[in-house]
Amino acid sequence: MLSGNEAIARGAYESGAKVATAYPGTPSTEILESLSTYAGLHAEWSPNEKVALETGMGAAFGGARALVVMKHVGVNVAADPLFTLSYTGLRGGLVLVTADDPELHSSQNEQDNRNYAKFAKVPMLEPSDSQEAKDFTEMAFDLSEKFDTPVMLRTTTRVSHSKSIVLVGEPAEPTGKPQLVKDPMKFVMLPANARKRHPIVEKRIEELTRFAETFPGNRVEWGESKVGIITSGISYEYAKEVMPEASYLKLGMVYPLPREMIRSFASRVEKLFIVEELDPFIEEQVRAMGIEVTGKNLFPLCGELNPGLVERGLRGLLQVPKEETYKNLPARPPIMCPGCPHRGIFSILSKMKLFVTGDIGCYTLGFLPPLSAIDTCVCMGASIGHAMGLDKALGKEALGKVVAVIGDSTFLHSGITSLLNVVYNKGAVTLIILDNRTTAMTGRQDHPGTGFTLKGEETSRVDLVKLSKALGVKHIKVVDPYQLASTERVIKREVRRPEPSVIISRAPCILSRRERTEQEKSFFVSPEACTGCRTCLRLGCPAIEWVKENGAGPEGKKRKGRASIESFLCTGCTLCAQVCKFGAIKESDGK
Amino acid sequence: MENNKVKNILLVGVGGQGIILASEIMADVFMEAGFDVKKSEVHGMAQRGGSVSTHVRFGSKVFSPLIKEGEADIFIAFEELEALRYLDYLSPQPTILLNEQRLNPPSVSLGNQAYPEKISEILSGRSKHFKSIPGRELALQAGDARAVNIVLLGALCAILSIPEKIWTENILRRFSPKVERVNLEAFRLGRST
Repeated sequence: MLSGNEAIARGAYESGAKVATAYPGTPSTEILESLSTYAGLHAEWSPNEKVALETGMGAAFGGARALVVMKHVGVNVAADPLFTLSYTGLRGGLVLVTADDPELHSSQNEQDNRNYAKFAKVPMLEPSDSQEAKDFTEMAFDLSEKFDTPVMLRTTTRVSHSKSIVLVGEPAEPTGKPQLVKDPMKFVMLPANARKRHPIVEKRIEELTRFAETFPGNRVEWGESKVGIITSGISYEYAKEVMPEASYLKLGMVYPLPREMIRSFASRVEKLFIVEELDPFIEEQVRAMGIEVTGKNLFPLCGELNPGLVERGLRGLLQVPKEETYKNLPARPPIMCPGCPHRGIFSILSKMKLFVTGDIGCYTLGFLPPLSAIDTCVCMGASIGHAMGLDKALGKEALGKVVAVIGDSTFLHSGITSLLNVVYNKGAVTLIILDNRTTAMTGRQDHPGTGFTLKGEETSRVDLVKLSKALGVKHIKVVDPYQLASTERVIKREVRRPEPSVIISRAPCILSRRERTEQEKSFFVSPEACTGCRTCLRLGCPAIEWVKENGAGPEGKKRKGRASIESFLCTGCTLCAQVCKFGAIKESDGK
Repeated sequence: MENNKVKNILLVGVGGQGIILASEIMADVFMEAGFDVKKSEVHGMAQRGGSVSTHVRFGSKVFSPLIKEGEADIFIAFEELEALRYLDYLSPQPTILLNEQRLNPPSVSLGNQAYPEKISEILSGRSKHFKSIPGRELALQAGDARAVNIVLLGALCAILSIPEKIWTENILRRFSPKVERVNLEAFRLGRST
């Protein structure tokens, strides 16, 4: 059994891919993690998706097969090279995997990246299960070389993270030896050359449209002629589940569409439905062919589909009233782990009531109560630009009130140029780099600041202090986020500075096995000394609980309850002991 | 209709309880027993402590990796409050396995909301095939509190007709030989609940 992601990795391996690049991002991350276990190819974490695609392009220009992987929003970062790669084409096959996240399980938007295929004029395949994920990866490499085009392979969370049975094969014989071949008319996209390439792109899409008619991934499954369903990806599985008797046109290639196949299918069924998640991507194209269809008027534009939603749409059922609803159940959102190094920083920012421009990573959870200390979060690297814009718009009004926070991996992904801009354009911006030496949110992947590669080999580690200095930042402070008083003093001083300044909060992710030293100690709350003031609870630590009790605290003063520490969750980070003004939190003798 | 033969198992609980591993083991077991299998979960964030649900479906041919609301035949709740969150998924007479464990979500820890009461009664009222299992207690008895997921796999084995040997082989394959005895004992204790 393989997940969709593992199956894509297997497909790339069996296709003889020589180079594989990615930046981690849910739900795509496991593809490269899985690929890194195969021998005979270079697999890397690139600092960002643009670099990943450019590196893949280089390999493909040299005649090797390359797999480039990212989540849906990563394609926005890589869009610049993608659109012109469509013009140049390549020599070895290049497959760009976009892992979309309908329902925003772990993303900032739910954009439908099928639109990129149409926009960049490249073909896109969309598997429905793990077997197809593997098979389509292999077909994509063949298509890429046959039509001299990058090929996009789109998955969604439910395909990437579902497991199903896959028959694996053996790696294919390499198609040719990578070598340097000069071809500037093809690879140097000066206007004069690019102008000549554009008609080739248009002709290629026409050829691909004809090819789509015979592409084995597009198939008709005849059932009853009363209902015909055009669908692709995970939506196909849901539709088959709830209406197995219908006729299906299952599209493995969602761009360009097989127009004759669609026309003939439509003419042989009484009622035609299109079942697709997010945008009416297929629907609009089929409508433009003058064919009457039913689609987004029955199925939602937002969020992911599921068998229930598809059944209600296809069978015209009403929303089933929920038999038992337990409203207002306490929510259980992801929260910063006990002992997380970010907690100290956010407790200070929360206390100081700063306007915090935030970024993408675990620390975005600083948004949640009780810390409630993130005020913006849009995309990778944006925190610094946000703080810069606020500074330029508000001037002295904002001084001492705004701070930008960014993780180490996110800073190296796309924060460096923004910090350079702060220095260059004289911004009074203070940036806190939360350096936990890993890409934590996606499950702790390495990056240029960790000193290790994807394959676990030692490599050079970028020095964030020297890097900031080289960009021209004059005020750089390194703090230990577990030392609240000294860290608070530094933050207070730096945010008021009318110049660029950087604070590096340096402490490894609490889940990082490589850097973690086993904590021997844990803490407990002395029930006699606790006044029930709740200060420790405002840290939002999962190990600290409120115990309700109407009774008396120290010196007979009334209290409504007291704090208590769950010792098996406590990591001994000491933050709660530091914030307790009554000395009620003490170290246990042993764990 | 062939789809009626597909069995749906829904596992719910809290990140860090070993739910995903349990679902992977059972998916391997069903495959080895000759079924088509699909399994789906969402694992976006790396942190521990969030709400987790995993769908496992097996039968002669499985299309959707997700269970339709109202069609979960077997419901395994690793945590009591989480059980209430997914009641809409239950079939009319499901088998319910409830692990007797409460883990407070943040709003309860902070004292802002109360942990729901009478969960066991609600669930036993929902189906006559209800079993409450002291998973943590049995895991500790077997030698390791983390073996709650293996205890629950034992309890699942007891209600399905798949040879025990397939289960134990697939469990042992996932762990180092050092914890073989603990896991076999946890499985046995779960099976005899």
